[in-house]
Amino acid sequence: MKADSSKANRKIVIRLLVLTVFMFGFGYALVPLYDTFCIAFGLNGKTGVTDNRTAAAKGIDETRWVTVQFTSHTAVGLPWEFKPVQKSIKVRPGQVMDAAYFAKNKTTRPIVGRATYSVAPSQAAVHFKKTECFCFTNQKLLANEEKDMPVRFVIDANLPKEIHTVTLSYSFFNAEKYLSEQEQLKLSEQVEIGAGTEKRI
Amino acid sequence: MATAEVAHHDHHDHHPTGLMRWVTTTNHKDIGTLYLIFAFIMFLLGGAMALVIRAELFQPGLQVVDPHFFNQMTTVHALVMVFGAIMPGMVGFANWQIPLMIGAPDMALPRLNNWSFWILPFAATLLMSSFLTGGGGPAAGWTLYAPLTIQGGMGVDLTIFAVHMLGVSSVLGAINIIVTVFNMRAPGMHFMKMPLFVWTWLITAFLLIAVMPVFAGAVTMLLTDRHFGTAFFDPAGGGDPVLFQHIFWFFGHPEVYIMILPAFGIISAIIPTFSRKPLFGYTSMVLAVAGIAFLSFIVWAHHMFTVGMPLVGEIYFMYATMLIAVPTGVKIFNWVATMWRGSMTFETPMLFGVGVVFLFTIGGLSGLMLGITPADFQYHDTYFVVAHFHYVLFSGSAMAMMGGTYYWLPKWTGHMYDEKLGKWHFWLTSIFFNIAFFPQHFLGLAGMPRRIPDYALQFTEFNVISSIGAFGLGITQLLFGYIVYKCIKGGEKATSEVWDNPEGLEWTLPSPPPYHTFETPPVVK
Repeated sequence: MKADSSKANRKIVIRLLVLTVFMFGFGYALVPLYDTFCIAFGLNGKTGVTDNRTAAAKGIDETRWVTVQFTSHTAVGLPWEFKPVQKSIKVRPGQVMDAAYFAKNKTTRPIVGRATYSVAPSQAAVHFKKTECFCFTNQKLLANEEKDMPVRFVIDANLPKEIHTVTLSYSFFNAEKYLSEQEQLKLSEQVEIGAGTEKRI
Repeated sequence: MATAEVAHHDHHDHHPTGLMRWVTTTNHKDIGTLYLIFAFIMFLLGGAMALVIRAELFQPGLQVVDPHFFNQMTTVHALVMVFGAIMPGMVGFANWQIPLMIGAPDMALPRLNNWSFWILPFAATLLMSSFLTGGGGPAAGWTLYAPLTIQGGMGVDLTIFAVHMLGVSSVLGAINIIVTVFNMRAPGMHFMKMPLFVWTWLITAFLLIAVMPVFAGAVTMLLTDRHFGTAFFDPAGGGDPVLFQHIFWFFGHPEVYIMILPAFGIISAIIPTFSRKPLFGYTSMVLAVAGIAFLSFIVWAHHMFTVGMPLVGEIYFMYATMLIAVPTGVKIFNWVATMWRGSMTFETPMLFGVGVVFLFTIGGLSGLMLGITPADFQYHDTYFVVAHFHYVLFSGSAMAMMGGTYYWLPKWTGHMYDEKLGKWHFWLTSIFFNIAFFPQHFLGLAGMPRRIPDYALQFTEFNVISSIGAFGLGITQLLFGYIVYKCIKGGEKATSEVWDNPEGLEWTLPSPPPYHTFETPPVVK
């Protein structure tokens, strides 16, 4: 009787422990699941991506203009100057357009940054497609280096008619923390080269 | 009959005395008592932090504490109340009552039971010790939102480890409860004959096992983000802070039902006794609890309507949230129908029972208001939210536990509590509670943000009222401690039934029940 019940207890305990471990894993599984959802619904900057040919293949909607506004933000810990080259552009839906952001490293050491971006209003996000972008990858600026960072985008013709203005917003973060040791070493070597170059000038 | 049998076993109750009795105990009654005492200490501690908050908000401007400490207070107050007071309190009730209610001699895994309790004081100490670190305690709110928690000092790490320990404790407790209910029921105690308190706890236990590991995962991600180079939530490394909110609230919404479902069970025990009628709609009550538990998994994003979800998502989460009102409404309806034409009397437990039904409904309705997406953009992160969750958590969970304490205290101690003082406690608690929290609805609707130590002048009057209520509420709870202490020390002898013909196996035992009960299982007809 007693052995019986402890066997039955053990069976349930093991099942519940398996469930516990499974749910711990499920918490982690939410991470890729979330990315999938974001891409599907154009959330949190994970907007549509397309290539030049597909973008050009679709027709241009000549009946309306859409104003695209550009904003920028630099997070604490990234001593860069970062701003859009143009405040806003008027585009036709379906028209491939080039824009650029200006970035300047204000220090005398090279820094690696990483940008994310988002589109407002959120209904426009899935229709805002990039063919070229400096986001989500590491961008390096040497000491005092300045650079124009291009964005090529197309707003697809399915953009809801009531949306006349779309805002593209970029945030730049310091990504040095996420470099491997080797990469950090390489970066620090470039400090000296950068400094040397300056002297020669 | 049952009484005589139990008395026969009386002389078997050998156990160590003094401190070691409590450290080494595997007895469900002892462990239940430990949980309840721990919960009450945490309740006073968390309450003291709330009073620091209310003292600072008594007047506009900064008078009492600096803003960083204020933020630590709001954060740790919530963590202590949720993980230190309400959850362990409910586990204390489960330990005492579930074996008595299903006719089991003890919990199924008594040693595990000892361990799940004794983790708690250490977890609480760890959490409190965060105040002694350089950056102070956690100050990002109990939701521990990234990226703020990625930036905090060592206090955040201690909080993360405390959360891990609390999670282990509650998962072990939950496993124990499920095994007990599945394997230890007396012959004839079918699932659909179990008291509703046992049902609510069974379902709560499953919720705990389903979501505490997810929370443990979320804080582990925070920890590795902070120290081990991962970037789950840091955009600089390719992560996303909003992801944390999704994972947190996937845990967080079931968590609020973990705190309220056992309270529903306690209310479902109290109201039939003092209405002298069986519980109305038992089956629908069980189904409603199961329904609420299921819905709790699919509504989490209503806590984060303002993060920028697609419209379809907002509409889905709004309708799913509205749906919860149906099973909850069924429960409220059934409680009222139980009282309908009953021979009602209003002893202290019943006062708390009726008080909870009334006040919880207010909290439920403000919850519906918050669930409406466009309205939520106005209410989000204001004092309206604070008012809402205190109506469901204080006047829902905490007051249900107070009612449950008065209801079963004569059974546990063998003495009647002081009825007059008990009634004073109820009236002072519910009046001060409403003084403290009802004005916060108005503050929130007028736009006062939560978690801010200062406010604009037009909010002064309501904040003054709220602070007065909060101090009254806090002091009143000392009376509760005194009443319980007095009852343990002595008082009028309680009969085994205590109340007028109450339903349930626990009332077939003498008051207080002997150390070991139901060693021969009772027969349930």
